[in-house]
Amino acid sequence: MAKKKKSAPVGPSALPFERPIEDVRSRLHELESLAQKTTHDLSEELAFYRQRLERLTQEIYADLSPWNRVQVARHPNRPLTSDYIQHLCQDWVELHGDGVFGDDQAMVTGFATIRGHKLLLVGHRKGRDTKDRLACNFGSAHPEGYRKALRKMRLAEHLGLPIVCLVNTPGAYPGVAAEERGQARAIAENIYEMFGLKVPIVVLVIGEGGSGGALGIGVGDRVGMMENAWYSVISPEGCASILWRSAEGKEAAADALHLTAPDLLKLGIIDKVVAEPVGGAHNQAEAAMEEVGQQIANWLDELAKIPLQELLRQRQEKFRRMAMAEESLQALFPPQTRAAESGTDPAEVDSVLEVDPARKLGLPKKPETH
Amino acid sequence: MAFRLRKKKDMPGGLWSKCPSCGKMIYAKELEQNLFVCPECTFHNTISARKRIEITADPGTFVEKFTELQPSDRLGFIDKIPYADKIAKAQEKTGNADACLAGSCRIAGHEVVLAVLDFTFMGGSMGEIVGEKVTRAVELAGERQVPVILFSASGGARMHEGAISLMQMAKTCGALKHFRDGGGFSISVMTNPTTGGVTASFASVCDLTVAEPNALIGFAGPRVIQNTIRQDLPEGFQRSEFLLAKGQVDLIVERSRMRERLGVLLGYAAQPQASFQG
Ligand SMILES: [Zn+2]
Repeated sequence: MAKKKKSAPVGPSALPFERPIEDVRSRLHELESLAQKTTHDLSEELAFYRQRLERLTQEIYADLSPWNRVQVARHPNRPLTSDYIQHLCQDWVELHGDGVFGDDQAMVTGFATIRGHKLLLVGHRKGRDTKDRLACNFGSAHPEGYRKALRKMRLAEHLGLPIVCLVNTPGAYPGVAAEERGQARAIAENIYEMFGLKVPIVVLVIGEGGSGGALGIGVGDRVGMMENAWYSVISPEGCASILWRSAEGKEAAADALHLTAPDLLKLGIIDKVVAEPVGGAHNQAEAAMEEVGQQIANWLDELAKIPLQELLRQRQEKFRRMAMAEESLQALFPPQTRAAESGTDPAEVDSVLEVDPARKLGLPKKPETH
Repeated sequence: MAFRLRKKKDMPGGLWSKCPSCGKMIYAKELEQNLFVCPECTFHNTISARKRIEITADPGTFVEKFTELQPSDRLGFIDKIPYADKIAKAQEKTGNADACLAGSCRIAGHEVVLAVLDFTFMGGSMGEIVGEKVTRAVELAGERQVPVILFSASGGARMHEGAISLMQMAKTCGALKHFRDGGGFSISVMTNPTTGGVTASFASVCDLTVAEPNALIGFAGPRVIQNTIRQDLPEGFQRSEFLLAKGQVDLIVERSRMRERLGVLLGYAAQPQASFQG
């Protein structure tokens, strides 16, 4: 590699499917450094490689498999809640603790001002470097994290401040202490109480939406997902280890779970897919965060116009309807290949599932964004 | 599942079954007469939703509702076997449409709406139909201004329905919030096992949390926890008595006294009924 990284990350942080992009990028960088040393005019070659880089990134990102998106959602350079706080929030005041037991670092809460909107921000915190990640328990909160969130949300209600929840967790922590302190109850109570909070709530899944741990701060008047985020009842690895009996089934599980933003929009579970810059949020972090800031402001403007009683009624109705069994339930996705029915060996079924997931789902080639 | 009632195939004629807890051979008829509680060690075997209703509701009072609700494979989910086939198999095995039976009945003379999860149907897992039936049960109780009683026996949310299952947690909690705001009274009874998305939603936000003795109750399953922390789990971890000691359940009631105790609890709720706002 000729030069240090420019705007985009290179090297070990590149995902496997990003390697062709990285190859072009490093060739471009070599050419750029060469251009500085030589008197030859390399502008044509440079333009060629720049265009190629852009087109290749576009192409690869237009055709991501669900598992690829899970990888993007976990990318080490992807903006985290702490980055959004730093980049989008003025007058940030972090508020600590659940008032009873402790101050869970995996959940951050505080007052913030985003584009003129005063609000309470609640978010899962994952941490960037190793020390930070350990302190944040890799984004897996304990019961005190959920109770901290609820305590601050009640304060927001008291002050009439809208609530913005940034979801980014692999799941709530499955540990002895978490169980002893009532992990299930803490999550359930948050879900339950969020239906009654008398202020607007917006929820955005910015990376990983891991099951109940995500939903514990996930009941809102508007729920969105970033284009490359995932949100489901279980992680693909967890699902694979149970249903496929091996972590190897994770790609097939990611397909089967329909955990991507475009799929959940189709299912009516989210209201919006927030577009990410070409090459994912980690490729152009600032642009991605700006888009999020704008979306939050738009939502808050929209919700401010709805009378309170109506807002609460709509919130109730939204979750009542989104998962309501209609008299004739309809398959929203065409059944996947039914190879297993004809007695195909399970190993073959897995390989059948590898074929172009985008086509199999009948999804448009480009992710829908609204 | 370690504590599921073993098939009585160990002995000819199916007259005896082995207790999964103490290992003693129990005469099948005696076990049934004892409400499937081991007469030797008082282990509470998991029972079907039908059986639960039979031993909990006042005889002849249960009227089943929402039988029109049939599950469907909305995601076209397939692992090794298509989800649609799994549903069909479970339906054939249990004779039920999905893992929840709901309806109205009397318990010790009190009119209630009852919803019971069926562990024998895909581990009592909650998908769209289970969530819908629990929600409708709560709504019906609201309309009739009677208490709602929710019996759980579940491995959690049903993976085969992806985020649709996850949203059942929100839907059921939202219904209970609305019900409570209108003055409703709810009782959750957790039986062996109650874990995952069921514990982390409707089963934990009722006015009272009752547990059967020695039931496994938790958010994560013990195996997941063990794989995460790589240590032995404490004695009695995630069992009813452990949860009681940790302040997570209100009371433990043995199966033989369930109807009578629920009756007493419902008697105390006779007053708040007046506060129903409809
Ligand atoms: Zn026994």
